[in-house]
Amino acid sequence: MLEIDRLSFSYARGTSSKAVGRHGARGAFCDVSADSAVGNRRPLLLDQLNLSVASGELLAVLGPNGVGKSTLLKLIAGLLPCKQGRIGIDTTDLSALSRRERAQRIAYLPQMTEIAPVTVFEAVLLGRLPHLGLQPSERDLAMVDTMLCDLGLAPLSGRRVGRLSGGELQKVVIARALVQEPRLLLLDEPVNHLDLRNQIAVLQSIQALTRAHALITLVVLHDLNLALRFADRFLLLGPRAAVTTGRMDVLASEAVGAAYGIKVIRGEVGGQPVMVPVVSAAS
Amino acid sequence: MNILVQALAKPSAVQADDAAPSPRRAYQRLLQQRLLLGLAMLAALALLLLIALGSGSYQLGPSAVAAALLAGPSPADQEQLVAAQVIWSLRLPRVSAALLAGASLGLAGAVLQGLLRNPLASPFTLGISQGAALGATCAIVLFDAGALHAVGTEAMTLQAPMSVVGLALAGGLGAAALILMIGTLRGLTPEAVVLAGIALGAFASAATMIVQYFASDTQAAATLFWTFGDLGRAGWSEVAWLAAALVAIGVWPLRAAWHYNALAWGDDLARGLGVSVARQRLIGTAAAAALAAITTAFLGVIGFIGLIAPHLIRLLIGGDQRFLLPFSALAGALILLGADTLARVLIAPVMLPVGAVTALLGAPLLLVLLLRQRR
Repeated sequence: MLEIDRLSFSYARGTSSKAVGRHGARGAFCDVSADSAVGNRRPLLLDQLNLSVASGELLAVLGPNGVGKSTLLKLIAGLLPCKQGRIGIDTTDLSALSRRERAQRIAYLPQMTEIAPVTVFEAVLLGRLPHLGLQPSERDLAMVDTMLCDLGLAPLSGRRVGRLSGGELQKVVIARALVQEPRLLLLDEPVNHLDLRNQIAVLQSIQALTRAHALITLVVLHDLNLALRFADRFLLLGPRAAVTTGRMDVLASEAVGAAYGIKVIRGEVGGQPVMVPVVSAAS
Repeated sequence: MNILVQALAKPSAVQADDAAPSPRRAYQRLLQQRLLLGLAMLAALALLLLIALGSGSYQLGPSAVAAALLAGPSPADQEQLVAAQVIWSLRLPRVSAALLAGASLGLAGAVLQGLLRNPLASPFTLGISQGAALGATCAIVLFDAGALHAVGTEAMTLQAPMSVVGLALAGGLGAAALILMIGTLRGLTPEAVVLAGIALGAFASAATMIVQYFASDTQAAATLFWTFGDLGRAGWSEVAWLAAALVAIGVWPLRAAWHYNALAWGDDLARGLGVSVARQRLIGTAAAAALAAITTAFLGVIGFIGLIAPHLIRLLIGGDQRFLLPFSALAGALILLGADTLARVLIAPVMLPVGAVTALLGAPLLLVLLLRQRR
């Protein structure tokens, strides 16, 4: 169980999760005046968020660019200091943990990663780092071996990571997160740059692994339809620290429309719930 | 180098005739191959050592070299006295300095390239060499230290007293400290450190030129001569300093190899794996800078070793820092010793400064490596 208790944060200088985006979407809510309860001069991105996510549950984190989705994940992962509010897993307060202890419980996949010139096996083995002694033990190696076989990556294990396709690379990165043996899996836009088939394949395996290992999984997604298809619940962040949360079947088009500032219709196609943006010809 | 090429050719041959071993077995086999490569490099180094000790104006065969080494610096046998003199007081300090300086520069380059995620990072790009040159120039010009001496008709040596070495060391370390301080202001990102290094290097070069402008002819010649890295400056005390620095400083990056492996995937991913990113980058960069500064202070500017050795090793074994770091040190020692031996025998009896030879041979080699580099 992940429990977030009255978590608030604003854009501090230097916490920008992306290098780009100094202007653009963020500007839209920078004009929020300093009327927050905390008395912070900077606009709050998130105001007193309460959220709990159960084991085996997949939560989709939704919302427009610059609304603080990545920042939320970084706060939970401990990459940014949590100044207001409390985050805990299974009754353990995260702020009480050391870096290493936190990394033993939380696997975090940032939005974009560099690619090291190593083989697939070495890339996945790196996930054992928080549990590692001086050198990897037989158990570490066996765990990587099993994970590669489970995810169908065994034939690629000796290949350089730089020569993989986007879908294969994403699987490698997820395999690394899983050998970290986390309770909590934080994925920041894991299906960006993937084709349709790989988007489905990656999210399917994330869903299956979440259930199988009783993980608590938070996934930042931009595709509402993928969220509808694979997530159990959603956390919708909007401008002015607006927050909606609930099961996927109550994700209303009004709330989505308000968050993204665009009209959205929810319907059903072939038994699948879908959300379609409506853009009038005049605009 | 033949041994290296053979070791490189081996892995693919092994993989081809084996019916899909488990990923774990394949990985363990890969580790064994890497250890073999390490042993091959050590053997090559031993061989090169014998050749280097034997070649020069007083030629000695490998067996004579071995005999002189075993007999010690002051042999009882009078016939071995000349050989002992040549080996123990002339060639061995020089060869030891080549091994230690090459290892230091190779290791420093590997650490910098890994931590800054920049394949072109080296003591040069961080301005450490330029800072050391500024320090040495100041010592020579302002304090009138260091004098050129002609040895016979074919060689010049620069007598570099401790003031030159000390100021060069201060210049190199000072440049590194400034770069790290500026980099820290910007969160110690690789970009910040590299850009600060380039700017500071240019600044130090310009300052060196201005100091040289006011120097006398002989002083200017001495400052120029200092920048030619030359292993002939090394005596036993320099060798001792270099060895102490390599052992004391080199262990820090080697111990952190796993953390460097995580850093190769980006700062955020490394943080997620529990790595203290800023701390590792600060300690590692400082260690690499200190190794480069000490080497440069004693021997002058020896370029390209720090750039090429890690590239060569990365091409052979990939990016696992547990192997990349020590093997880059080995490769650096091999390259510098080879280059110095070449510099001594190429147009004998003239001994070219090794810094010029490494740059001369290194630049084309680097281009070849870059052109055929694959990810």
